[in-house]
Amino acid sequence: MRASTSLSPAMPGPVAAVPRRRKVASAGGTRGLKRAHFREARLPLLLLLPQLLVLLLFFFLPALRALSQSFVLTDPFGNSVQFVWFDNFRSLLASPEYRASIGVTFWFTLAQNALTIVVSLVLAFATDRILRGRGFYRSIILLPYAIAPVIAGILWAFLFNTAVGPISFVLHGLGIDWDPNRHGIDAFLLVTFAASWKHICYDYIFLIAALLSVPPSLLEAAAVDGAGPLLRFVRISLPMIGPTIFFLVVMNFVYGFFETFAIVDAVTHGGPGGATMILVYKVYIDGFVHIDLGSSAAQSVLMMIFALALTVLQFRYVERNVNYDV
Amino acid sequence: MVERTRGIDIACHGILFLGGLLVCLPIYFAFVVGSHTVSEVLAVPPPWLPGRTFFANAATAWEKGDLGRLFVNSFIVAVGIAAGKIAVSLLSAFAIAYFRFRWRMLAFWLIFVSLMLPIEVRILPTYEAVANVALPLQWLVDALDVGRWLGIEIALDWNMMNSYGGLILPLIASATATFLFRQFFLTVPEELAEAARIDGASPLRFFWSVLLPLSVSNIVALGIILFLYGWNQYLWPLLFTTDKNMATAVIGLKDLIPQSDTEPAWNVAMNAALLVMLPPVIVVVALQRWLVKGLVDAGK
Repeated sequence: MRASTSLSPAMPGPVAAVPRRRKVASAGGTRGLKRAHFREARLPLLLLLPQLLVLLLFFFLPALRALSQSFVLTDPFGNSVQFVWFDNFRSLLASPEYRASIGVTFWFTLAQNALTIVVSLVLAFATDRILRGRGFYRSIILLPYAIAPVIAGILWAFLFNTAVGPISFVLHGLGIDWDPNRHGIDAFLLVTFAASWKHICYDYIFLIAALLSVPPSLLEAAAVDGAGPLLRFVRISLPMIGPTIFFLVVMNFVYGFFETFAIVDAVTHGGPGGATMILVYKVYIDGFVHIDLGSSAAQSVLMMIFALALTVLQFRYVERNVNYDV
Repeated sequence: MVERTRGIDIACHGILFLGGLLVCLPIYFAFVVGSHTVSEVLAVPPPWLPGRTFFANAATAWEKGDLGRLFVNSFIVAVGIAAGKIAVSLLSAFAIAYFRFRWRMLAFWLIFVSLMLPIEVRILPTYEAVANVALPLQWLVDALDVGRWLGIEIALDWNMMNSYGGLILPLIASATATFLFRQFFLTVPEELAEAARIDGASPLRFFWSVLLPLSVSNIVALGIILFLYGWNQYLWPLLFTTDKNMATAVIGLKDLIPQSDTEPAWNVAMNAALLVMLPPVIVVVALQRWLVKGLVDAGK
C-alpha cells in the first residue's frame, strides 16, 4: 500500500511532522488533528450531532441494553426480573452447545480464512504475471462482490442439493455419499466453500493493489541476480505485502465471524446437529427462536468484546502501515 | 515483465481461467435451472444446458415474489443507507479532523468504538430499540402527567417497525465511513485550510468550497460500496418482514426458495436469484474502477 495514510499524528509529510509533534506535547487530545484547524466550541458539536444521535439510539443504547440484560434473569412472560450477576455467562460457558458452537466457529473461520487467502494469493500472483486480459479476469473474479451472502448461499445450496443439485448428482455418480442434511462434515464444507467463494474477490482486489506497489527496481535487481518469478514472489513480493496480508486475515476473521450469518441461514440453518451453528447464528436462534433473552444478551456481550479486540488489532495495523516507497 | 517465461505465463492464464470458471459455475447453473420447467429441473440427470423458458420463469418470479414492489424498497433502502451514511460521516469526520474543541477525543472514541461491531452482534437489543424508539420519552410523559394538562391522552409509540427509517437508520450506525473520510482529510494539504483561513473563509465555507469538491471521488467510491451493502442486507430486513410490503428484494427471494414441504419450484427461485442480483452486478461491472478504489482506500 503506497499511500501513507496512517493513524499516527505524523501526517502528511516530514514538513508537517515537526510542528505537529510540539503541539501534541503541549496539549493532549490533538491526535489526528489537522495542523491548520479551527477553534470553535459549538460548531463541531453540531456537526457531530447526527452521527452521535444515530449511534446513541441504534448502537450505544442497544449495547447497554444487552449489557444490562446479560446480568439479569427474565421469566418468559417478562413479569419478573432478577439480578443474577455473572450467572448467564457462567451457564453459557458451561453449556455444551455453546462450547460446540465456539469450536465450530473456530474451525469454520480458520478454514474459510485459509482457503480465501491462499486462493486469492494464487489468483493475484497469476494476474500480476500476465500482460493480456487482466481487466477481463478481474471483472469476472470481482463478480461475487456484488452478490448478497444469502444469494451466494442459495446458489451453493442448490448446486449441492441432494435432490436437484448437479454437483450432488456427479458426487453420487462417483459413489460419494454426499448429504449435507445428514452429514455434519458435508454441511460444514458446503458453508465454508460458499463463504470463501463470496469473499475471495475482496482479498484479491487488495492483493493486486499491493502487488502493484512493490517497487519494480527490487524485482528487476533480483531477476538480474537470477531469481525466477516464483522465487521473486516468495522472497520479495510476499514480505513486502505482509502488512496487507495481515490486514486481510483480520478482515477475513471479521467476515467469517459476523457476515456469514446469511450463508448459514440459507444453506444449513445451523444444522445438522449444530455442525454449522456458528456463534452469530446462535445469538439469533437463542434470541428470536428460543426467546432466551439473558443467554442471547450474554452472547452479544461476549461477541462485542471479541469484535472490539479485532478493532484494536486493525487499528494497530493501520498505525504500523509501512510506507514502502523507495 | 523482466523476462520471458512462456511456461509460467500459460500456467497463470490457466489458473485465472480456472478461477473464473469457479466463480461462474454457480451463476451458470442458476441460469440453466432458471430457464427450465419444474419437471425438467427434477429430471434425472439434471439439465446441464440452458432451456427455453427463461423469460416465462422470470415473469412468474416477478409476479409471485411481488418483485416490482420489493425492488423499489431495496432501492430506497440502499440509496438511503448510502446517502445517509455519507452525509452523517462527512460532517463528523470534518468536525474531528478540523476542529479543536473540548470533548474532541471523547467524540473520537465514541465514534470509532463502533467501527467493527456489525448489527448481527447486537441484533436483539437493536430490534427492541427500533420497535419503540420513544419508550424512554413515554415514561417521562406518564410521570409528568402531561396528557391531563392538555386534555388529551398521549400514547407515545414511535414504532419504526416496517418503516424505511427503521430499515435504514440502524445500518447507518457504524463508523466505517467516518473512518474513511477522516483518513482522507488527514492527507489533504494543510496549506488549503491555512489559505482559506487567511482569506477569511468560515469553517463551513471551507468545507463546502474546498473539502467537499476534493472528496468527490471518495464519495462516489464509498457510495457504490454502501449501495451494495444496503441492497444485500439480509438479517435486519428479515426481522422486518412482518409486513410483506416493506420487505426488500433479497428477503422476497428468500421466500421463493423451496422448502421441504412446498412445491420444488427451483426454476422460479433461481431465476428470481438472478433478477435480484442483477442491479448490484450491473453496478459492479459498470463502476468497477471506482469500486476497487473505494475498497482499497477503505482498507488503509
